[in-house]
Amino acid sequence: MDDIKYSPSDANPHNSFNAGNNHSRTGYDDQLDYGTPASDSDVMVTLEIDGREITVPDGTSIMRASILAGVNVPKLCATDSLEPFGSCRLCVVEIEGRRGYPASCTTPVAPGLKVHTQTSKLADIRRGTMELYISDHPLDCLTCAANGDCELQDMAGAVGLREVRYGYEGENHLKAEKDESNPYFTFDPSKCIVCSRCVRACEETQGTFALTITGRGFESKVASGIENFKDSECVSCGACVSACPTATLMEKTVIEAGTPEHSITTTCAYCGVGCSFNAEMKGEEVIRMTPHKNGGANHGHSCVKGRFAWGYATHQDRITTPMIRKSIKDEWQVVSWDEAINYAASEIKRISAKYGKESMGGITSSRCTNEEVYVTQKLVRAVFGTNNVDTCARVCHSPTGYGLKQTIGESAGTQTFDSVMKSDVIMIIGANPTDGHPVFASQMKRRLREGSKLIIADPREIDLVDNSPHIRADYHLNLRPSTNVALISALAHVVVTEGLVKEDFVRERCEWDSFVLWRDFVAKPENSPETLESVLGVKAQTMREAARLFATGGNGAIYYGLGVTEHSQGSTMVMGIANLAMATGNVGREGVGINPLRGQNNVQGSCDMGSMPHEFPGYRHVSDDATRALFESAWGRPLSNDPGLRIPNMLDLAGEGKFKALYCVGEDIAQSDPNTQHVTHALESMECVIVQDLFLNETAMYAHVFFPGASFLEKSGTFTNAERRISPVRRVMTPKNGHGERGLEDWEITAKLSAALGYDMQYKHASEIMDEIAALTPTFKGVSFEKLDELGSIQWPCDDENPEGTPTMHIDAFVRGKGKFFITQYVPTTEKVNAKFPLILTTGRILSQYNVGAQTRRTLNNAWHAEDIVEIHPHDAEERGIKEGDWVGIASRAGETVLRATLTERVQAGVIYTTFHHPESGANVITTDNSDWATNCPEFKVTAVQVTRVNQLSDWQKDYKTFSEAQIAFTGKKSAQTKQPA
Amino acid sequence: MHTEQLIKMANQIGDFYESYPDENQVKQDIAGHLNKFWALKMRQQLAQHVNNTSGEGLHPKVAAAIASIHLEIQ
Repeated sequence: MDDIKYSPSDANPHNSFNAGNNHSRTGYDDQLDYGTPASDSDVMVTLEIDGREITVPDGTSIMRASILAGVNVPKLCATDSLEPFGSCRLCVVEIEGRRGYPASCTTPVAPGLKVHTQTSKLADIRRGTMELYISDHPLDCLTCAANGDCELQDMAGAVGLREVRYGYEGENHLKAEKDESNPYFTFDPSKCIVCSRCVRACEETQGTFALTITGRGFESKVASGIENFKDSECVSCGACVSACPTATLMEKTVIEAGTPEHSITTTCAYCGVGCSFNAEMKGEEVIRMTPHKNGGANHGHSCVKGRFAWGYATHQDRITTPMIRKSIKDEWQVVSWDEAINYAASEIKRISAKYGKESMGGITSSRCTNEEVYVTQKLVRAVFGTNNVDTCARVCHSPTGYGLKQTIGESAGTQTFDSVMKSDVIMIIGANPTDGHPVFASQMKRRLREGSKLIIADPREIDLVDNSPHIRADYHLNLRPSTNVALISALAHVVVTEGLVKEDFVRERCEWDSFVLWRDFVAKPENSPETLESVLGVKAQTMREAARLFATGGNGAIYYGLGVTEHSQGSTMVMGIANLAMATGNVGREGVGINPLRGQNNVQGSCDMGSMPHEFPGYRHVSDDATRALFESAWGRPLSNDPGLRIPNMLDLAGEGKFKALYCVGEDIAQSDPNTQHVTHALESMECVIVQDLFLNETAMYAHVFFPGASFLEKSGTFTNAERRISPVRRVMTPKNGHGERGLEDWEITAKLSAALGYDMQYKHASEIMDEIAALTPTFKGVSFEKLDELGSIQWPCDDENPEGTPTMHIDAFVRGKGKFFITQYVPTTEKVNAKFPLILTTGRILSQYNVGAQTRRTLNNAWHAEDIVEIHPHDAEERGIKEGDWVGIASRAGETVLRATLTERVQAGVIYTTFHHPESGANVITTDNSDWATNCPEFKVTAVQVTRVNQLSDWQKDYKTFSEAQIAFTGKKSAQTKQPA
Repeated sequence: MHTEQLIKMANQIGDFYESYPDENQVKQDIAGHLNKFWALKMRQQLAQHVNNTSGEGLHPKVAAAIASIHLEIQ
């Protein structure tokens, strides 16, 4: 890193080990464990602890007050992510004027208390307690995986334990068998002290309730139900492992490699929650990733992907050398960086000269950092000389960008994740948070267990409907796929016609004329629940009750996902959601709002960074003269004022021979985009496809130039999550794409390509790219790497008025001034069922895999989901003679594929469901190129299909197998690359 | 691009504005949408289709808006 100017690992206070006596397992900087959660009371209480006066909020435990006062009370069962439990008896204290020895974790402070934490009597009690613990604990500290990182060990030292009078011969648990079933952690019950932290973490932090304490007294033990961990309800989030004070639950990587020696705080590269993690390292090797206690989005929680599934970064399938070839029928030729860059540049110049600059373009990914997306769109606009740059949000949340910009003036969610803790009614539409956004789902489940009401609109019975402990949706509006807009109009009809509109809010905050138009439209009888009941397949009375609950139940918050956007009326539905939120006054404060749950880590950021063909960074249209002049002046190149091509437009034109060159960074359109055969035909038709990625992904099989990328562990940058939170991505190891030269971060590859095309970008570090973004983008004005180091993360807008960011938007006024209502006419999709294609296929994802699976398929997460399965209702299955586990052919107007079936009533009769994580599944061979009217976002969620029992793969799958094997062979790698033993 | 595909996309835009009562405003909004989000080549091809066929297969509201779309870089 010598040649890099800004060095986060030097400058950043988050990057160190700072182990002390009182530390959590993660144990860095400000991650002190205060034993019990903070109180949010406004009433302050003053007391004295060991002679020190301290003032804390009412409701604070004596333990927490002690630690705040700098007094370390011994503890084992307490940790501040969990409610106090009072079982270990180590934290006992004496309080003047009170009898006995109360546990400080469960005893709240009171005015004027005089507390003593260190007396000879307390020392005796604590030693006696520890003696009992240790009498049934293996004395293998020196060879234990938690050696040096064990709270039991620390406490034995703290209480001065010197002998165990009971001996070690009595009945004990030392021979209890290990449970090695989970691929990522080991459960060794012989080391368990039954403190219940794991059980409580599973309940309180994760909300899965997979663990319990069975038996009583000496028989008490932690159990994952009647099965082993792997086969139990456990979702492998790692909360129990983080909570465990001993080596009972321990990461296998730590068991194998030993404890890490330094740690760097970074941001997860998976979903749109954007969890903060500590990459705990030995040299340049990651030993484990642990959730950062102070992470703004995750508050110390994690899921199976971010916590454990990072092994792909060093997987043997990584391609670490630049490669070029003339034709996709040729073998790849390994070349130096200079050769690859120069070859790509010469091809771009040739194609530009021959076919014109509008025959070229670029695609970025939501898996890229903000800085990478920014430089790529800059390259395309300023150097290629066209606005033909798009990003994968095109196929997921582009309708969110459009719909929210139109209605409220900013293409982003309105809230923080924490806002959900003040919601009284939560409405989830077309999202499956427990699988897609698991860490936020845990927070939402916590609020639901506290009593918040729940309305779910989804064709499928997601886990939150009735399959999560202590949670049941008050209303499940199980509408037919493609009828979202009819539903939102029906709900609005009830609000309007039953007098539930918050008229004061609308009059003050919204355009009244647009409201009147909308009100009169939704009030029409054709939009009543009774009229639309037959279209939706939902009872009118249920819709009426749900609408009333949302409008009158207090703070109402809407969370939505791709089940809203990936429709032919995706943008209309987003506007319908905004209409409903405005009409009910549910915008502009905590607990309410319009909350798009973004699929990938940097969907929000990639859109913010101007990677859509019609707008510059900060959502400013290319036709805006002042903005364009700003960028022209900064970049020193003329820029087009006309919108460029979107991904589907590029592909349509490529198929017709009119689009010839593509620079595709981190995206895999051949797997993720609809109508695979249309996409691959387009790719085959181009003369130069440049792919920059970690792996030879499906798109790279059609490429002529391959630039090996750097994983998120190998570069600096930022990701922006679903709540507009910009979080730092920090380089923890050298990029593995050096090929005997210096390894390159992805933005450097783009900059090199730019230089070869005659335009020197002159950045020395990713931080300088952010400085340029901040200088040119008002909503990012106050953002810098230095400030991110200082604050941890920043929610944009961050400017002079909001120097530390803006958690809740639209508080006093909408960004566009007055909120605007739009009429949401329901237009049935043209993708209709008929006798030939009588069922509707809808797609989604699963907890353990991520998007196209390029990352998670190359981890042990395959233990949970090694193949895509199609869910079929038993009624539909019976009609077709399909049984559990049968291979079934799924045919649509676009193509055919074969998957294994499972029968379940989670899907409605008439609807089938599958995931798209494995390329050989060909889920997108069947999806069509129908798309959203405003944005061309594909209608992934609605494909008319027929399903039949079959006994062999589809023709496409056979061709795919032959083609992909040949392409892998062209790289010189041998094995089928994606297969990983479970 | 295939003209049928452009017509299909344009008609979807027309459908969105179906329930808006102010015809003049709708004309402006549809033209504005095409100017803001469709690349020049796509707009030109759609306009060419209207010229050649008097807008065959096209939603009347879209056909009415064609005169207001930009057919060259402004």
